[in-house]
Amino acid sequence: MGILSKKDTKLITDPLADNNPITIQVLGICSALAITAELKASLVMGIAVLFVLGVGNVVISLLRNLIPSKIRIIVQLIVVASLVIIVDQVLKAFAFELSKTLSVFIGLIITNCIIMGRFEAFALGNGPWKSFLDGIGNALGYAVILIVVGFFRELLGSGTLFGIPVLGDPIEKTGVYSIGYENNGFMLMPPMALIIVGLIIWVQRSRNKDLIED
Amino acid sequence: MAVNTDKNSYTILFAVIMVLVVGSLLAFTASALRPNIKENERIEKQQNILYAMGINGNEGTGDITFVDAKQAEAEFASNVSEQIVLEVKDGKIINEMTGEEFANSKDSDKGIEPYLIDVKKQQTRVKEGKSRYLPLFISDNNGQKVYVAPIRGKGLWDAIWGYVAIDKKMVVQGAFFDHKGETPGLGANIKQRYFMDDFTGERLLSDEGVFRGITVAKGNNDPKNENKDDNEVDALAGATITGDGVSAMIKKDLKLYLPYFKNLQ
Repeated sequence: MGILSKKDTKLITDPLADNNPITIQVLGICSALAITAELKASLVMGIAVLFVLGVGNVVISLLRNLIPSKIRIIVQLIVVASLVIIVDQVLKAFAFELSKTLSVFIGLIITNCIIMGRFEAFALGNGPWKSFLDGIGNALGYAVILIVVGFFRELLGSGTLFGIPVLGDPIEKTGVYSIGYENNGFMLMPPMALIIVGLIIWVQRSRNKDLIED
Repeated sequence: MAVNTDKNSYTILFAVIMVLVVGSLLAFTASALRPNIKENERIEKQQNILYAMGINGNEGTGDITFVDAKQAEAEFASNVSEQIVLEVKDGKIINEMTGEEFANSKDSDKGIEPYLIDVKKQQTRVKEGKSRYLPLFISDNNGQKVYVAPIRGKGLWDAIWGYVAIDKKMVVQGAFFDHKGETPGLGANIKQRYFMDDFTGERLLSDEGVFRGITVAKGNNDPKNENKDDNEVDALAGATITGDGVSAMIKKDLKLYLPYFKNLQ
């Protein structure tokens, strides 16, 4: 670890587990419930947030001494919104296919509370390099949970992973379907995402008692 | 240099500068990229129409694949033998134009070809009490004509639209659906092949020739969609409202073409 000091490494690894934005800070739940019915969507959303949070944190951090505290929230909102719109426009012009896949996430990124949360809690008080690492770390922590939830919802709900059937064909009754297994359609509904996130929180806190609040 | 960022004058100055910077940045990006985006959208329309006609790059049962964007223009020119525009008012066809006649007519925007007709604008024209222009793209495959019509409606979150290819008896030959912001994994699956392919072979008319459309039905006990005469296809799990939107736009928009197809028979 030549480039990253111990403190810097912690900025990335902490949000992955003990200070995870979804399971510990309980931020960004809305998008975690909405788009995790498929693994692919979870992955794309993770990457998109990684980009926006990384760049956004740096921008806010550079402006931190100039932003008037009275209007800081709206300034943060404008930074996220402009970043997202510019990315969307550039993709539409040069990578049209990709932009079609992403278009649904655009609105969800702007309203993602992790982004506002990190701007407010970290980037406003720290330098650009630290803020960048913090952004990357939190986005990765977010992505990990999204992917885990997406994995279970797609596998149990549709019997596929990344759209590829892994459990056989439910209509032709091959694979595990031949012995009477059925897809759980309820898995495709947002409430099941909440239950899975709840299970992850439970497992995490039972393994690390320090996380339990009185 | 310590700036007093709490002063009202500073706050207002900061807000003004920020709005100017961000506003011009966004306006500049949007106008600089506009020609590229327009061109991409035009090619996409051609690809969508060709897809509904059955001209696509699909392999096996995988994802939907369009004809290559670079070839779309040439494929479109060679496969779409005719573009016509019907002018309808109150359910009656009052005028039938070729693509060229339409491009030169006063109601077309700057001589556009019929495939670029904005269905949303046409739907608004009806609300304003004006006539509506309905484009129809015809491909002639050894005398077997296929007619592609655009449709547009509402999903759960935002607009949904598509192209439906039908023969002269109004039996579906192919369908393509797309959406602006339906939920991934649920409503967004209207863009999946297993959903679109179900429409092929379905009839829009009943036995007596009455227009019935195609309903995206839950619990029709026909998941493999073997019954092609029931005017129904199997619905998507967890996407009731998007499915209803698909049924509605098929019923509403394709019904407008009924007089034209009655004349063909």
